[in-house]
Amino acid sequence: MNTPRRAAMPASPNPAPARAPAGYLRRLGRDLARNRVAYLMLLPVVLYFAVFHYVPMYGTLIAFKDFNPAAGIAGSEWVGLDWFRQFFNGLFVERLIANTLLLNIYDVLFGFPAPIVLALLLNELTSEKFRRLVQTITYLPHFISVVVVAGMLLDFAARDGILTQVAVALGGTPDPLINDPSWFRTLFVGSEIWQSVGWGSIIYLATLFGINPSLYEAARIDGANRWQRMVHVTLPGLLPIVSTLLVLRLGQLMTVGFEKVILLYNPGTYETADVISTYVYRHGILDANYSYAAAVGLCNSAVALLLLAAANRLSRKLTGNSIW
Amino acid sequence: MHETMQGSPLPPAATLPRLRLRHYRPRRGWGSAAFDTLNVTVLTLLCFITFYPFYYVLIASLSEPVALAAHQGLMLLPQGLSFEAFGRVWQNPMVRSGFANTLFIVVGGTALNLVLTCCGAYALSRRRLMLEKPVMLMIIFTMFFTGGLVPNYLLVRDLGLLDSRWAVILPFAVSAWNLIILRSAFNAVPKDYEEAARIDGAGDLTILTQVYVPLCMPTLAVVAMFYAVAHWNGYFYSMIYLSDRELFPLQLVLREILVSSSTDSMMTGEAAGREALSTTIKYATVIVATLPVLAVYPFLQRFFAKGVLVGGIKE
Repeated sequence: MNTPRRAAMPASPNPAPARAPAGYLRRLGRDLARNRVAYLMLLPVVLYFAVFHYVPMYGTLIAFKDFNPAAGIAGSEWVGLDWFRQFFNGLFVERLIANTLLLNIYDVLFGFPAPIVLALLLNELTSEKFRRLVQTITYLPHFISVVVVAGMLLDFAARDGILTQVAVALGGTPDPLINDPSWFRTLFVGSEIWQSVGWGSIIYLATLFGINPSLYEAARIDGANRWQRMVHVTLPGLLPIVSTLLVLRLGQLMTVGFEKVILLYNPGTYETADVISTYVYRHGILDANYSYAAAVGLCNSAVALLLLAAANRLSRKLTGNSIW
Repeated sequence: MHETMQGSPLPPAATLPRLRLRHYRPRRGWGSAAFDTLNVTVLTLLCFITFYPFYYVLIASLSEPVALAAHQGLMLLPQGLSFEAFGRVWQNPMVRSGFANTLFIVVGGTALNLVLTCCGAYALSRRRLMLEKPVMLMIIFTMFFTGGLVPNYLLVRDLGLLDSRWAVILPFAVSAWNLIILRSAFNAVPKDYEEAARIDGAGDLTILTQVYVPLCMPTLAVVAMFYAVAHWNGYFYSMIYLSDRELFPLQLVLREILVSSSTDSMMTGEAAGREALSTTIKYATVIVATLPVLAVYPFLQRFFAKGVLVGGIKE
């Protein structure tokens, strides 16, 4: 058996800085031969990412071309920024950007703190049994598919649906809520919270249980009451994970939830419901307007990347916590 | 304190903190008691809001369609009792083929996911590989930037995968997120185990299957759960990649019934009862589609806390 082992190799704890490329290639060749089994295992994974992630990145080139399926991506004619101009001069650009951002901002404002509040409430419970019951029930909707959630919501917010009945009882009109553009964001964000609040609370709960109990002891000896202990011990303990998750969430400000939007919206609610991703879906996939939709999608991804970078920078400045 | 040193051979990733109340805090004063009462009330209300929609769908699906249509306000018991809607749903060939297709996608897809993710995570946990860093960067980059919907669609089309089951399995073969989770777990295994195996003459494949996989079973189970749930719930890419109705997974069938309201094929008879029956059929469909999840839920439950913890940001 000539399986090479680390122990058998000449020890070099501090590899020499980059040498001539030829030397690098020779070393790489040796490395590939020595660890061929590991590299063989890695091969399908690398191939997968190359084909299904990097080829589409290359495919975004069609945003700058007049894509002709017969000629392929490389053969199509360059048109520069024409498609971007067409989008930004279009009728709907402001509506689309506003809808995308508003839907997400409401979701961050109400949806992001909800699991934190739930975790804090659960943490204060004295009865272990009751806490388990609440957790079991609130985790459940996370496992229900978005189609079923949308189906239930469409039904509850239809004419005579239970939500519409509640709205009528509170003095609203008997029109189905789901066809009312002014209700769309509320229904979307509300159902989002309904589905994810329990599951989202797990990570905060885990963090809470990881806080050193002696901190609470010390606070109590110093005469802190429950509220003061929460403000001075619990919240600082939660802050790092909160900021990390907030960065990740803000990085998705342009993308989240469009699968549910497609299920919930209708031409009557496009006014508030149509977001960039759904617009791309209708024009790109349904109308086969590939280049135009790719350009719109590329704008979306680029802005998302910028937002993530900005949020990460902010988090590093405020809390010293960064995801890269 | 009651910290005991455990001689557990499990890696740190598997010895996650148990979720239990640790801080004993005597509560005194009326303010504290008032808060406790309010807290229990709020959480009870939350449970009701979360649970009632499911309960409503259940009792509505069991109701007489016409009696259900006439009912107004909060409903706590079925209006009459009828299993007709369930019969119609079960006789719908699309629901049956949808179940079969989804089963195939969940089992086949998750198996492929796990094999590839294990291999990738193993290779990338070898810090001595010269290509470990570049490949890792290549994978992480895909978490932040994607080609977008249209280029992905064109790729799947050009590969000739449209209208094949592979179209909803291959493009989702590895999740960068799950790969990183599993790699962290592999990294947490003490290197002594591997050294010992190597001295016994084990190769990479043996070390992966005989050392890492058994030691990281809890994490692997969680990753499998993430993959399986995603496959079970996915509808969007089936919708754009599949047009052959024979291949439709359950979620796509559900979409037709619940969102596009195409229950007509399931109904015959006079117009008066049709609209009412359509509603109960929808509810019965929700129940049928949710039952499998509810059936495995108790078994999944023990992985929840661990799942989110290993999903937490480790790197």
